Formats: sequence, structure tokens, C-alpha cells
Amino acid sequence: MGMTLAEKILARASGRDEVRAGEFVVARIDRAMLHDVFAAGVFDLLLDVGVDGVFDPDRTIVVIDHFVPAPTAAAAALHTRIREHVARLGLPWFYDAGDGICHQIMPEQGHVRPRELIVGTDSHSTTYGALGAGGTGIGTSDMVYALATGKIWMRVPETIRYEFSGQLEPAVTWKDVLLFIAGRFGADSAQYKSMEFAGPGAATADMSSRLTMSNMAVEVGAKFGLFEADEVTSAYLSRRGGEGCEPFGADPDAVYETVHEINLSDLAPQVALPSEIDKVTSVTDAGHVAINQAFIGSCTNGRIEDLRAAAAVLQGRKVAPNVRLLVAPASREVMQEAMAEGVIGTLVEAGATMLAAGCGPCFGGHGGLLGPGERCIGAHNRNFIGRMGSAEAEIMLGSPATVAASAVAGRVADPRDLEVLGGE
Amino acid sequence: MASDVFGGRVWRFDHDISTDLLSPGQYAVAPVEERKLHVLESVNPRFASDVTPGDILVAGRNFGCGSSRETAPENLKALGVACVAAESLARIFMRNAVAVGLPVIVCRGVHESFADGQQAEIDLSTGRVANLDTGVELRGDPLPEEMRDILSAGGILAKLRSQRGA
Ligand code: SF4
Repeated sequence: MGMTLAEKILARASGRDEVRAGEFVVARIDRAMLHDVFAAGVFDLLLDVGVDGVFDPDRTIVVIDHFVPAPTAAAAALHTRIREHVARLGLPWFYDAGDGICHQIMPEQGHVRPRELIVGTDSHSTTYGALGAGGTGIGTSDMVYALATGKIWMRVPETIRYEFSGQLEPAVTWKDVLLFIAGRFGADSAQYKSMEFAGPGAATADMSSRLTMSNMAVEVGAKFGLFEADEVTSAYLSRRGGEGCEPFGADPDAVYETVHEINLSDLAPQVALPSEIDKVTSVTDAGHVAINQAFIGSCTNGRIEDLRAAAAVLQGRKVAPNVRLLVAPASREVMQEAMAEGVIGTLVEAGATMLAAGCGPCFGGHGGLLGPGERCIGAHNRNFIGRMGSAEAEIMLGSPATVAASAVAGRVADPRDLEVLGGE
Repeated sequence: MASDVFGGRVWRFDHDISTDLLSPGQYAVAPVEERKLHVLESVNPRFASDVTPGDILVAGRNFGCGSSRETAPENLKALGVACVAAESLARIFMRNAVAVGLPVIVCRGVHESFADGQQAEIDLSTGRVANLDTGVELRGDPLPEEMRDILSAGGILAKLRSQRGA
């Protein structure tokens, strides 16, 4: 009997020829990622337990990305503690404030390879599934154990396969596909499961789009959000200065809990309305919804492709009066590319405010929060009540092009609706 | 070494008990001694004050859903809950429960088979869940040895300490 991607990853990690959904395994991790919210606490506990090193310094990645630049004295002090721990432990892969968001840094700087098992102190660690790696989030105690021993226990998840056919229309993106899946199947539809994004349609997705999909797998409860590794993966790895990779796919006779078939050609731009991820409709059906703020960024949609898509909409147009458009590139490298290409010039010319490379207002800590009664559309990943500031504000989610179009229109707008947007 | 068998008085709860109910946000950063007094208070105000060490919590589907806060299982452990038996457990809750040393078991039919105050007996290694008052016996998912190891050590950090001979 064949294996799914998740089964293959966990079989390799636990040194077995074969594992099956439902089994528990003790797995060897390939890498561990910690960010500034939890890193200092984890390292403190590690010391407390009497461990003065980590399983493999070369495979332990630490990123300061959430509180960037430090919005409070307490955050700055937290960062100081992290830097001290990093120096004490001699960790070579430390990315300081302004380098970028952990889930962007990981693939971009070559810390993700197909087949690997990677744990992070962050729920969006599913992102690494874009390269065929089993990435998932764990709690602080589990991370202490993982760093000390290089191991972790796991239950092999059942897999839901999403079989994509057809092709996306222009201005429809994989963000729209993920929102569509959340809306159609529900916010807990993949609870504890591995999502496998497959079929001829999935092969057409570029790496940036795959990262978006795998990133948001956790929004429907998934433990992993996996793409097969193919030529797109191999080309991305070599472009990032690493070695290419062999193809890595599921076995044709693998056993799936469910298979969903989705025709990409049928989809239009989607928007998640306040305040649940599965409250999704097509943008054209959203009606007249005015906004005060628009946000483009985050580990979901802060890449160069996303900024380009926004710039294409904003070129020669202006952000509506009374709307704040905030843009946070996912990494320093993305920021540099966007500068070199003139993308940032276009955005700022249109009226955007550029933020530091990092999480920005995504998790509601700082950097462009919402007041009571305000409404924001963002290209990020969570629209829970209170996620971006006031619990009386409302958040909607869409693709970068939809967010940019909405910023111009001053209300939720379809990027294909150029007449409404005017200009050019 | 703790044993894999637990016997105790049952407190029964319904489906979708969230981490917000188990560890209310307003006490999230309070010390555990204060935090534990508010566990499940909006569902059963008597629970936190009347629960005694060794009691067993029986619940429906999706127990521990919501955020990844480790304080949710930590609070139950601090109250002396011996074991949680539920129709299903949210992924991150199950991970965190084992990590902090709170025994848990997934057992279909458990929610229907118990009432408040009845006596339960649970064997983590075989998955046997028995209602000693009614004689009903259920077969839950046995907990694998790796996880029972962590639990009998008192949690993943305690296990790590003992592995290191500390
Ligand atoms: S960008 Fe948002 S979702 Fe991503 S790691 Fe930062 S806070 Fe979390």
C-alpha cells in the first residue's frame, strides 16, 4: 500500500520504511525555528532544565520578526535577551529585527528542503509544506524538548487531497483558492489532518503561490499543508543558492481520507468577511463595504510577487481619501527587489505607507492598528475579532490585488473592475 | 512511576470546550494558583472549587479547541484532574496536555456513557474506559508507549530532566 506525503515525511523522520495515518511515532526533526515571541522563554527553560546547547546549532533558526522595530521598551528588552541567548548558544542562523518574517526567511535563506520535518514555535510553520517539507507549529515545552534532544513525538495525520484541474483566470490568485476552500469546507475542515495540494492545477502554481497556500493550511486546522516537490521546487532551491531536488510525490496508491476536486477555471476573486475565515464570498457578491485601512504584507502575501500585483493595480492611480494603505514587505530581500524594480516607488506614489520588513500589524501588536468601528481589508491570514487592534474593528481578507483595488475604490473592490477604479 | 490506570469521580462536559473556557484570557498571565480557580467557570461554576485530586473529566467532541495556550491543560493538572476522556481532542490541546503531563484519552461513546458523579476507570495502555456504576465498558484509543512515558515522567520537561539525570 502506498503512502501519502505526510506518511513519507514521518516515515523518514522516524527511521521506518512505512508508517500509517493514526500511528504515533518518535521523529527526528531536521530543523527548528523560533521567533521573538517565544524564543527567550524557550531558551530560559532550556537553561532551567540544565541544557546548555541545542541539538544542532546549524539547524536552529532564530528570527526577530513580530515586534519590529521594537514598539515598547519591554519588547526591546525581550530582543536583548534573545540576542544574549543566541550568542551564548553560538547559533549561526540568527535573523535580527528588519531581516524579515520567519516563514519568509526560512525558504528564502535555504532553511527548508523537501522531505524534511521542521517544527516552529508558530502555527504558520505549515508554510514549509510549499517545498514538500512537513512544517508544523508546537508549544514551548515541546520546543524545549525538541531543541534538547532533536526529537519529537507525532501522530501520523490522515490526509485530505485537493485535486486541482483547470487554470486560474487573470487577477485570480492562489490566495483566492485557499479562501474558497475555507469557505466551502469550513474552518475546521482539516482539523488535525494533512492537506495535500495536487493534480495538474497544483503544478501550475509558482513557489510564491504555494507558500501562500501552505501558510494558510493552518487556518482550516491542518497540521501540514503539502505540495509535491517538482521542477518548480527544484528551480526555486537552485535560485536560492542551494542544490536542486529530486521529485518527491505521494504514491499513486496512497490512501486518502477524502479527495476534493476543484476546477481552478471556475473561481473568481474571493473575500473573507468579518470575522471568520470561512465567511467567504466572491468579491463581486460582497456588496458595498467601505474600508478605512488596507494592508498588504505578512507571511501569507508579503512577497515580491504580491507587491508587484499590488503595484500593477496602483500604477497611475491613487489610494482613496480616508483610506490608509500599509505595505510591509516579508523580508529585507523582498524590500530590495521591490526597490530595484520601482515597485516601491509606484506604491508610495499611489499613497501607500511602507512599513519595516516584518509582521507589521498582522497580529495586532503594533504598526497600524484599527480603532473601534474601523474596517480593514488585508492580504494576511486571520480576521478574528480583535486580531488587528480594537475588538470593535472588522477585518476582511483578500488577495494583494483585491486589497490594492479596494484601497483605490475606498471599499471592497474587484481588481478586474478597472472602470470602477478609474485612472490609467 | 505513575501508573497507566486511573479511577475517579466523573465531571461531564459537552462538545467544543475551548481553551478560552479552560484558561480564560483575562487570567492568562496570572499565576497558576489564581488561574486554576476560573477553569470552566462559565460552564460549571462549581467545578473549580469542588473538583478533588483524582477526579476524571469526561467531554464530547473537539475538547480543547481554540488557541495554543499551554495554560489550558496546565490548569486542569493544577486542579488535580487525573485524566481527560473525550470523544475527540483538538490537535494542539492533545500535544500540550501530554507536554505538561496531563493524561488524555480519545474514546468514542464516552460522552453518552457517563453522568456527573459516576465512577470511571481508565487504562491508558489498553484504552479501556469503564463506568463502574453502570458496568458499561468502552474501548478508547490506547495511548502509545512514547506518550505514556512522557506522562508518567510528569510531562516533557520532567522527562527531559530525568533523562539528563538532573
Ligand atoms: S506575519 Fe502574521 S501570521 Fe505571519 S508570523 Fe507574523 S504575525 Fe504570524
